[in-house]
Amino acid sequence: MDFDLTEDQSLLVDSVRKLLSDKYGFEQRKAYMASERGWSPELWAAFADIGVLGLPFAEEDGGFGAGLTDTCLIAEQFGRSLVVEPWFSTVVIGGAALRHGGSAALRQELVPLIAAGEVRLALAQQERQSRYDLFDVATTAKKSGSGWVISGNKGMVIHGDSATHLIVSARVAGGQRDKAGIGLFVVEAGAPGVTIRGFRTVDGQRAAEIILDNAPAAHVLGDAEAGLPVLEKVAAESIAALAFEAVGCMDVAHAMTLDYMKTREQFGRPIGSFQALQHRAADMLVAIEQARSMSFYAVQAAEETDPDERRRGISAVKVQIGRASRLVGQQSIQLHGGIAMTMEYACGHYFKRLTVNDGLFGNADFHLRALADEGGLVRAA
Amino acid sequence: MDLNFSPEELAFRQEVRDFIDANLPPATRQHLIEGKGPTKEMVVEWQRILNKRGWAVPEWPVEWGGPGWSAAQRYIFREELQMAPAPSPLGFNVNMCGPVVIQFGTEEQKKRFLPRMANLDDWWCQGFSEPGAGSDLAGLKTRAVREGDEWVINGQKTWTTLAQHADWIFVLARTNPTAKKQEGISFILCDMKTPGITVRPIITIEGGHEVNEVFFDNVRVPAENLVGEENKGWDCAKFLLGNERFGQARVGASRERIRRLKVIAAQTLDGGEPLMADPEFRRQMTEIEVELKALEMTVMRVIAQDMKRRDGKPNPATSVLKIKGTEIQQGVSELLMKAAGPYAWVDGDPDAEGTNQWDVAPDWAYGLAGTYFNWRKQSIYGGSNEIQRNIMAKAFLGL
Repeated sequence: MDFDLTEDQSLLVDSVRKLLSDKYGFEQRKAYMASERGWSPELWAAFADIGVLGLPFAEEDGGFGAGLTDTCLIAEQFGRSLVVEPWFSTVVIGGAALRHGGSAALRQELVPLIAAGEVRLALAQQERQSRYDLFDVATTAKKSGSGWVISGNKGMVIHGDSATHLIVSARVAGGQRDKAGIGLFVVEAGAPGVTIRGFRTVDGQRAAEIILDNAPAAHVLGDAEAGLPVLEKVAAESIAALAFEAVGCMDVAHAMTLDYMKTREQFGRPIGSFQALQHRAADMLVAIEQARSMSFYAVQAAEETDPDERRRGISAVKVQIGRASRLVGQQSIQLHGGIAMTMEYACGHYFKRLTVNDGLFGNADFHLRALADEGGLVRAA
Repeated sequence: MDLNFSPEELAFRQEVRDFIDANLPPATRQHLIEGKGPTKEMVVEWQRILNKRGWAVPEWPVEWGGPGWSAAQRYIFREELQMAPAPSPLGFNVNMCGPVVIQFGTEEQKKRFLPRMANLDDWWCQGFSEPGAGSDLAGLKTRAVREGDEWVINGQKTWTTLAQHADWIFVLARTNPTAKKQEGISFILCDMKTPGITVRPIITIEGGHEVNEVFFDNVRVPAENLVGEENKGWDCAKFLLGNERFGQARVGASRERIRRLKVIAAQTLDGGEPLMADPEFRRQMTEIEVELKALEMTVMRVIAQDMKRRDGKPNPATSVLKIKGTEIQQGVSELLMKAAGPYAWVDGDPDAEGTNQWDVAPDWAYGLAGTYFNWRKQSIYGGSNEIQRNIMAKAFLGL
């Protein structure tokens, strides 16, 4: 048992931290968000330079062969700076789909381009009716010659408007809520029949509504009728990284709150001297430490080979992280008072990202119900 | 990062489990499975079995009979005892007074007291709290005055757990009433048979007799029973309380009780269906299980830090253990009571009144409300959870 970083991990984290401290101040981030794409191509190139775009991919595919823990450590740093570039959608989410479902040929084609920052991925999985159920898929995939064509509407596709390649869940067989018969297809963003409408999300990131009308799929990831297990694995790894990202956000929000409590004076003394507020700040620390512990467990759970065990563990992670995010986010606003209600102050932006983070791949309520329905974590006998 | 126990540690877990299975008296195990506190005889018998194996004092140095385990092994051992369930080695001897004597005591004190503590030849109790000194422990008023070769102690201790079983008590007493309150306190060992000591039971809300008042009326204690320096007893007290690193987390104990809750919920009907089928009940249970999983990882983090660098620097994760550990235990005790429904209302053990003609409730339901009531103490003792938050604000938040 060892919770310390290896030397390689420390170097990786340090290089990311250095880049972000130079280039990702709150005002700099505002400028990236205000630009045409809503994120910074300059930073994207810098991410490629320090190797975080090719991080989790196998070396023989052109990546750096890093494990899930390394990806998670980057996610934590990105959380601390509220990075808006499409790293999560490309490397964590899309990357997982490619690693677990892509053929060797496809991986060797795309990974070097991803690592160089030329290819960006987005997972088009959500539909109007599906909410948090990965298996609820109405979009269809039909055979067409030697390939497939995809038709349907996908919503809330994170960074869907900047992706060069979409990974689309589509139904090959069965009814809309059947767990079998779902495939994962790679559709090029510029392919005929693909309409993408991008928009900003409340956390300062981007998403897209995507309409597919007989859009040709360039590739299928794995078995065209058994894509759900891959999708679940993708969700599990993404949730582990999201847990680390949330811990990064919570750490910063808490630290900002403590700073403010020490300097803001009312009634002739710093507000941090009031016990009622001290206890809130202590409760935030308890929540953050429990969340940090759970984020470590998330890596273990995501790498669990038994899918039922994995699902239970990952749901537990989502519950714990979601609850902590809500408490820390809300209380950091409350303890600041009015100042944290303003757009120009950073605290609220952490709160907003924590709120969106909770909802990605199912919020705490969804996962609590799922875990409860599966009988919880502790075995009865 | 490596978040798993090593193969050696897993083998050790199995060794402990096997030993418990082979040596724990079945009556003791059954008694604990039914949720009852162990009797004095059960605790003594089991600790002597452990002591014979060399496992009674896991945290002590090898020189004084400790097994030389790593922090991980100690944790595994504690967790296996809790899950069995088996009585833990008596905390007053093993985790409180023993380490203080080892750290601050003289050679004579060590030789005289430690082996008897380990074998539970002497049952110790803790004379800290007073009617006027609870959370503000340093405000204690019990006086010890030096007269020749003796300390003369006068005052009152309260909430003294299991004083009715005790052979000895370790007492915090004021030896310099004019110094700053933390600087006039001494740590003194006192034979419970000394004339002038009176123990009066306090019956807690569930009807049990765990705690007592202990009165000192001109109790004369040999001067050599002072541990450490005169007026430096607060250092001993802080050391003792700071030693309590994982004890409050009790992850294994909570896991054992959640298992029991699931067995009960599967066989209890609610609306004609097993209680387990009720989504609201399941959700409440699952929330606690999730928090327990996080707590388990928090314990692991603290252990890993302990194994790496014993720099004595406090880890903010430790402060979580008391608050979350007790909240979880209290939460499970409440769900167990609710699972029993009306059958939780039976007060005590009706068979003990000699009237067991009828079975008034399922055996598993006895005492569940009592435990729920009794366990409200957990967030009060050992530094209330509010005091824990004060400590966190000061030590970790800089407020």
